[in-house]
Amino acid sequence: MKRLMTDGLAVLATAGLLLWGGSALASGGKTHELEDHDWPHAGVFGTFDRAQLQRGWQVYSEVCAGCHAMEYLAFRNLTAIGFSEDEVMEIAADYDVEDGPDEFGDMFDRSARPSDYFPSPFPNEQAARYSNNGALPPDLSLIIKAREHGLDYTYSLLTGYEDEPPHDFELGDGMSYNPYFAGSQIAMPPPLFEEVVEYEDGTYASVDQMAEDVTVFLNWIAEPEMEMRKSVGLKVLIFLFAFSALFFAIKVKVWKKLH
Amino acid sequence: MGLAHSQNKVVRWIEYRLPVFAFLDHQLIDYPTPRNLNYWWNMGSLAGIMLMVQIVTGITLAMHYTPHADLAFGSVEHIMRDVNWGWMLRYLHANGGSMFFAVVYIHLFRGLYYGSYKAPREILWWMGVLILLVMMATAFTGYVLPWGQMSFWAATVITNLFTAIPWIGEDLTIWLWGGYSVDQPLLNRFFSLHYLMPFVLVGIVFVHLWALHTHGSNNPLGVDIKRPQDKIPFHPYYTVKDLFGMGVMFFILALFTFFLPNYLGEVINYIPANPLQTPPHIVPEWYFLPFYAILRAVPDKLGGVIAMALAILVLFVLPWLDTSKVRSAKFRPIYKQFFWLFMADCVVLGWVGANPAEGHFILIGRLATIYYFAHFIILMPLIGWFEKPRPLPEHIGEPVLKRGAGGEGSS
Amino acid sequence: MAETASAGGGATPPEGEGRRDFLIIAGATMGLAAVIGVAWPLVETMQPSADVLALSSTEVDLSPIEVGQSITVKWRGKPVFVRRRTEEEIAAAQNVSLDDLSDPQSDADRAQNPEWLILVGICTHLGCIPLGQKASDPVGDFGGWFCPCHGSHYDTSGRIRKGPAPNNLEVPEYEFLDEMTIRIG
Repeated sequence: MKRLMTDGLAVLATAGLLLWGGSALASGGKTHELEDHDWPHAGVFGTFDRAQLQRGWQVYSEVCAGCHAMEYLAFRNLTAIGFSEDEVMEIAADYDVEDGPDEFGDMFDRSARPSDYFPSPFPNEQAARYSNNGALPPDLSLIIKAREHGLDYTYSLLTGYEDEPPHDFELGDGMSYNPYFAGSQIAMPPPLFEEVVEYEDGTYASVDQMAEDVTVFLNWIAEPEMEMRKSVGLKVLIFLFAFSALFFAIKVKVWKKLH
Repeated sequence: MGLAHSQNKVVRWIEYRLPVFAFLDHQLIDYPTPRNLNYWWNMGSLAGIMLMVQIVTGITLAMHYTPHADLAFGSVEHIMRDVNWGWMLRYLHANGGSMFFAVVYIHLFRGLYYGSYKAPREILWWMGVLILLVMMATAFTGYVLPWGQMSFWAATVITNLFTAIPWIGEDLTIWLWGGYSVDQPLLNRFFSLHYLMPFVLVGIVFVHLWALHTHGSNNPLGVDIKRPQDKIPFHPYYTVKDLFGMGVMFFILALFTFFLPNYLGEVINYIPANPLQTPPHIVPEWYFLPFYAILRAVPDKLGGVIAMALAILVLFVLPWLDTSKVRSAKFRPIYKQFFWLFMADCVVLGWVGANPAEGHFILIGRLATIYYFAHFIILMPLIGWFEKPRPLPEHIGEPVLKRGAGGEGSS
Repeated sequence: MAETASAGGGATPPEGEGRRDFLIIAGATMGLAAVIGVAWPLVETMQPSADVLALSSTEVDLSPIEVGQSITVKWRGKPVFVRRRTEEEIAAAQNVSLDDLSDPQSDADRAQNPEWLILVGICTHLGCIPLGQKASDPVGDFGGWFCPCHGSHYDTSGRIRKGPAPNNLEVPEYEFLDEMTIRIG
């Protein structure tokens, strides 16, 4: 029994190291505790709500895409959020992408096809900074995975703007006060306000609603494999459990023979 | 018994030209193994399996990866999004690396507890330490390949350490970089080395197993096989037990791969490398954390490098640092306590390594580092001399028969 | 890894044998399932990825091509011949008896619109690119294309008439988006 306890402690110690080492480091400059928002899609059995993803796409394409690129989104990927092949072709055709050179050696613009990637609002980093007061709006393809507690962080940030900073706070030129951003001030002005988007499915576009929808959409583009990953994962875990159980039974049977 | 004595014509044709079946019989099937091995002895086969998993997933990933500074990050996203099952291979490989280290560390600590490094298994132990070193080099080069922020900055910090070497340091580092900073040439050569080293590992593992089979496995009692009833054939007893262990290990690996794929990683590695922006906290993967703590514990740059290197190199001389005549901690009441203390010290070092080198972490890190070396250089020799070990059983079967319990000798 | 867990030596009581056999079969079956379950994704991973599959069609503007002229476009990494046939070429193609062909196919089956012939420009023998696209090229004995590697002759419908090639030049899947635009693939 004593041996079991010391062994158990050992296992706990090593397990503790494993669990601790992964995310022990300070997240660096989080000034405000994040909103603990409910994310149904993020659970073990969670799936994406297609209607929500389409609303999120609307918010991204109509509001965010003015400054934020999404380089890993190909128009063909949009079939995964519930659009048909034809709808995707139509959506793509609304955008222009650069192609060429033509037979005169010039580059030219043409309508996008499903195989094309979502065009960036700016041709390069310098142009992006020039248009945004020196700040670089990050590409949003992976933003949910590139931030600690990405879902809560993004939602908190989008809904966390305050009109007036605390009286003792020095707000830089052109900056906005947001306690969820490192340093509490952010170069992005509040992007969402009531009904800035008119949802095609008729849902009321409150700031909270849009923030939630676009956050889930951003999770989808960061992890498009999520649903398949969980579904395959569940089958694999069940199989491995059965496999282990079977071989444990075999092991016990084989070892019984020793006496 | 014996495949080699089969009447099958094909078997006999092959066997006459290359005695593989006799080899398999002798090394894997009839191979005499102590009857009392506990589950801590599963780690060896599990480590071998993880090496195979990493090689297979790695080779398939290499079919889609591009080792160029401008294209690497994008190629990993291509794998994650467009390559069939790419996300699974990538997450398996990343989490597989952690699983490999977890298994190897448990395997190492098993060796420390049961005296598996003691005569006549010194060379077996050395091969193990060599495996650990090559694993570390492989993991380090591999982590750089996705060319995220942490990839780049970890490479920068660690390769910069070479500048600490007197006289040749600067030139050596420029040679290593193939340039004046971490950039394209370094990425390309790290890819080459990352592909190469696992196969070097296979070679060292072969020697490791050769050394193992020379005198056979140690066992929880640390007492040699003396009588025929002390041993059992490897098959079916340990093949079946190893398959069970494999199922459990894969279950844990699958748990991380499919449901917590980024838990052990760093979020900033999903940001493409930016040579002009240092992240606020540069941290290695969890399995390097204790060594990172030791590196930072010494205020001098070269001193830190030497301390970190010595932390592993000290393992080579362990068979001589341990003066005890008794192998297994089962019969070493004093050493047993210090073993757990040492393990706790490693956990503390890991925790220190995960945090910034500021405030109370500095003192704790230094104390833990001193204790780490003290354990090997001071405590182990002293304990061996002054400890009064418990009486050893004559034979392996003895304690089991005395207790009257059935089955194998449990841990 | 699909190892059977066979019991060691020694007699097993009769009631144990059934259980033993069950465990062996169950173990072997699970092992085999595991091996297949692992092998399948590894094989699939080498199939064309989603981005490659997405680039599998190309649009071609036919308006700059004059009668009797041929252009070559790239599709799925391969050359595709687009020829605007003359009246003589069309007639020659349509007046061939199927019995004369080693790979019988009527011209109507090979050209949606007789004025336009679209072919994959890879010889069906060993993969060279046949000559005949440029006015100065040799066109072989049947007025279509000639493969210089081993001497295969193709007619004005791209069918093999003489030489070692076993099949007619492949007609890719294509459709007319409008009178002067086609999409291949």
